Amino acid sequence: MKVCLKDIANVIRSKNAGPFELTLDVLLKDQEMFEKLRKADVINKKVIAGLYQIPESDVISIVYFPNAKAIKATIVRPLPSGALGERDVYGAQQHAPLVNFTFEI
Amino acid sequence: MKELKILSPSGIVGYGFPEASFLAGVAQKPDLIACDGGSTDPGPYYLGSGIPFTNATAVKRDMTLMLKAACELNIPLVIGTAGGCGADVHVAREVEIIRQIAKEEKLSFKMAVISSEFDKDMLIQQLHNGKIEKLGPAPEVTEKDILDSTHIVAQMGIEPIIEALDAGAQVVICGRCYDPAAFAAPAIRLGYDKALALHLGKILECAAICATPGSASDCIMGYLGEDYFCVEPLNPDRKCTPTSVSAHTLYEKTNPYILPGPGGHLDLSECVFTADSDRRVRVTGSKFVPEAVPSVKLEGAKVAGFRTISICGNRDPIFISQIDDILENLKKRTADNLSADFNYNLDFIVYGKNGVMGQLEPNSQVSSHEIGIVIDVVADTQEHSAAACSVARSTLLHYGYPGRIATAGNLAFPFSPSDIKVGEIYVFSVYALLRSENPLELFKTGYEEVEG
Repeated sequence: MKVCLKDIANVIRSKNAGPFELTLDVLLKDQEMFEKLRKADVINKKVIAGLYQIPESDVISIVYFPNAKAIKATIVRPLPSGALGERDVYGAQQHAPLVNFTFEI
Repeated sequence: MKELKILSPSGIVGYGFPEASFLAGVAQKPDLIACDGGSTDPGPYYLGSGIPFTNATAVKRDMTLMLKAACELNIPLVIGTAGGCGADVHVAREVEIIRQIAKEEKLSFKMAVISSEFDKDMLIQQLHNGKIEKLGPAPEVTEKDILDSTHIVAQMGIEPIIEALDAGAQVVICGRCYDPAAFAAPAIRLGYDKALALHLGKILECAAICATPGSASDCIMGYLGEDYFCVEPLNPDRKCTPTSVSAHTLYEKTNPYILPGPGGHLDLSECVFTADSDRRVRVTGSKFVPEAVPSVKLEGAKVAGFRTISICGNRDPIFISQIDDILENLKKRTADNLSADFNYNLDFIVYGKNGVMGQLEPNSQVSSHEIGIVIDVVADTQEHSAAACSVARSTLLHYGYPGRIATAGNLAFPFSPSDIKVGEIYVFSVYALLRSENPLELFKTGYEEVEG
């Protein structure tokens, strides 16, 4: 079955986790789908690195958090918050590559 | 053990909250009112410049309600990270507002003001003693970074707040403070479990963000027992659910299970979130794992130069199809036309292409019929950045790219004047851990009898 992340998630968001990291949260609608994704390891370091065109070593962590049916990925910020060349001081609009992420499950 | 009630009115002092929610909280006779005042989220400017990102009038409104309630109920009021960043200059503005309110409202109380701004010589000595450690992806701190910084603060933990309360302070105004500490310190002082108190503080510091619908500008109450805590919003239009509260643990954090702070980390891997009612959530199982040698987080900012920007747009399909080449060439042409004997950084932010995501943008094609361009120049003086911005703007306006048929000008300016002098700008210069066997020694507290 082909699934698009925005169709199974209530929340897809990004935000600074301090000035040097960017964290991406996906909160799924139902527990069953969450378990499926977790079992299939649908979102992993390689996937995030691919979506954001960054080296896998810049993906700090991927955590599956069943309490909130959430998947959390944290990456190194491309620049420290507010550095010359900054595009998004709060990091609140860096979620888009996840919205239409489509995968087989 | 009596259940301790902690009222959190707002996510940040100055963000506001509905008076009805606050009064509903006060009616429950809380044991403590606490409110966080800061964040690094708005970027390095506010710490570096010493200018608070919260508005003084809005701070006064929130602070008046909190001070009056604390005095009426005779309970402590603890404010974390006063003035947005917690450097001495930020704290001083908050203290001045509090003195004014006390006079106007005829309120009297003992106030503690805890400084978290550090002397550079002390920090350089700590650096040479190997006490300053790299933190995550942030770069190693050098002596130059410390010397160049305009303000360096450290996030205090619970210890200085407990000391201030022990000394009889009713109102505690903290410099830079680990957000949960303002809520947790008074509870830990009374013998409540450290892990539960800090975890509760972690949730309360964002006020009603953990509710659904969530908001940083509405009040929430925390109830701390011996082996649990509960949270419930004070606005009847909101409720807390196990999902909304546990989901909040994710917010702005690297990892939702391990939350590092001064002196150790919270381990939430065995936490259980259950519904006590349709709007109150109960949490158990939080753990605290202390560090061998306690640490506090340092934050510093320094001047990066002066900025001038120009905002403009383009609606020409031929121009838009060549945008990357045009802007690349323009950097060279600007250098030729300017012949500057100073350094400057010229950047173009192109909305409609990758203005929001920059180097993380996966789409390389521009599909928009129009683009917005921000010409951004940073140089060592305002005059130098204005000069470089002016030359870049005029060169781009008349730049003759291949196939150009709109020969009158390449840019649509919404404003006259077209160039905006932004002033001095800052970057983060220090972001690291400072190890100290006795973190209490790092923070100096002053006391004052405020007479209304």
